[in-house]
Parts: sequence; structure tokens; C-alpha cells
Amino acid sequence: MSQSHSSNQISPGGASHGSLYEYSVGLCLSILLTVIPFAVVMSGSIGETLSITLILLCAVAQIMVQLIFFLHMNTSSEQMWNSVSAVFVVLLVLILIIGSVWIMQHLNHNMLMGH
Amino acid sequence: MPSASVANSKLVPGPLPPGYTGYVSEEQHHDYGGDTVFGFWIYILSDCVLFATLFAVYAVLQSNYAGTINASELFELDYVLGETALLLASSFTFGLAVLAANRDHMAGLLTWLLTTFALGAGFLYMEIMEFIHFTHAGAAAWSSGAWSAFYALIGTHGLHVFAGMFWMMVLFGLLYKEGISEANRVRLMCLSLFWHFLDIIWICVFSFVYLMGVI
Repeated sequence: MSQSHSSNQISPGGASHGSLYEYSVGLCLSILLTVIPFAVVMSGSIGETLSITLILLCAVAQIMVQLIFFLHMNTSSEQMWNSVSAVFVVLLVLILIIGSVWIMQHLNHNMLMGH
Repeated sequence: MPSASVANSKLVPGPLPPGYTGYVSEEQHHDYGGDTVFGFWIYILSDCVLFATLFAVYAVLQSNYAGTINASELFELDYVLGETALLLASSFTFGLAVLAANRDHMAGLLTWLLTTFALGAGFLYMEIMEFIHFTHAGAAAWSSGAWSAFYALIGTHGLHVFAGMFWMMVLFGLLYKEGISEANRVRLMCLSLFWHFLDIIWICVFSFVYLMGVI
């Protein structure tokens, strides 16, 4: 673990280069987090709400895994602006998607109610 | 009078140093590679917003089938799992290509970059075959709002993969010309960000479109 960290070279732009160990761990975790939701949905053994929750959790977990192990994001000061801009975009994306779905659902609802 | 002469001496510039152009050129090549990679990171984040709008459109329109075949009748999860495996493997092999470039190992870099290209091509082939199959089954891009949103989202991702593969071909040429130069390292770093980003978008696609579409 410490060996893999010492072999990391961090370039000034905030992109560090990683190691074989990091990529392998990222790959294994990604495979695991892909197989779980597919297996759950294909077997159809658990209920709808539970399946959706599991899919969401696995998706978020796998995105984090890939950001950390493939894109080498971290909280070091060299990467401060990479992380700050990414957090801003995550906020923007959430407003965009949740806002759109929320507005359009209300619109559909009001149309059906005959207002 | 003395104060005016002081002001004049400040306004009139002395002899210019050799190579002076009026621009602060020193700033520009300081930390060139890092700035480029950060700029590319900003581009990727703006691309995230593009995909977010397409996901929002799909979320809003996903049940507007207008009497055409439903997604849940058409999606084949084992096929999607195959596509996912190809893209995930290509992300890993790209990582190996970057590691080879860090060790200045040209043969390794070319091998892994070529493997990544082949895996990307396999993914794109499967995607196009899927589109053709869906279109023949009655779910064309012009059939209904839901299917238009589907093709817009998946098609945009596919176009990005195609752009990444085109970029790889250009990079092969540049590597052949210049070897593993500093400029080529920066290009490889940017392409690496782009390729991993496409894999992250695909996680959202298979989770929100395919898996949730089947439930």
C-alpha cells in the first residue's frame, strides 16, 4: 500500500499517474459493483424498491471507485481546483436532473387533473 | 516643474530588453502540461452537463412510447453486460498504456493503446448492432419521444467513444513521429481523462436506462 503511494508521481496539473496496483483494485471493485446490480435485476429475486436502491448505491459506489482509482482524484492541495470544479458540476447536474423531473411530473399531474 | 519632469521620466519607457514583445510570455510556458490537463478537466465537466441534460430528457420522456414497443420488452441485459465488460476492460487497458508511457516503454504503450482501441471498436460494433436490432423491432429514433430520447443519449455516448478512437489514431501518428515526448505525454493524459470519463457515463447509462428500464 505505502509502496504504491510512493510510486505515484503527481504532476502540477493535478493529474497523478497511478500504479498497477491502483488500476487492478479499481478494476476488481468495478467488476464487483457491475455484477451485483445486473445479477439482482436478471434474477428478479428481490422487490422493485430494493432493486432500485441497490442499483443507485452500486452506481454511486462505482463512480467513486473509478474517480479515485482510474482518474486518481484526491483531496491534496495540488488537486484543489479539480475537486472544487467537480463538486460545482455535481451540484449543477443534480439541480438540472432533479429539477427537470420534478417540474415535468407536476406538469403531467396537473394536466391529468384537468386544471 | 521638477514634479512634471519626474512624471515624464516615468511615462517615457527606457530601451526595451531584447526579445520583449509586450506580452507576458513567461507565464505561458510555465507549467504548460498541467494547465492543459486542468483545462481539459474543465471541458470534461462541461461535457458532464451535456450528458446531464440528455439524462434529464430521457427521465422526462421515458414512458412516452406512443404505442410503440416498450423498452422493457426489448432490452437484453446479458448483451448490455457484454458492452459494459468491453468498456470497463478498455478503461483498464488504457491505464496500463499510461503506466507504460510513464516507464518510457514505447512497445508497451502501443500494445495497450491498440488493445484499448480494439475494445472500444468492439463496444461501438455491439452498440450499432443493438441500434439496428431495435430499429427493426419497431423502436426507431423517430418512433416516439421515449425512443428519440434513448437514441439521443446512447448515440451521444457512442459518438464520444468514436471521437476517443479517432483521437487514439491521431496519437498513434504523433507517437510514430515524435516518440514519447512531453507534448505526447500531455495528450495521452488528456485522452486518458476522456476515456475514463466515458466509462463513468456508461455506468450511469446501464444503471438508469437499462437496469431501471427492465425493472
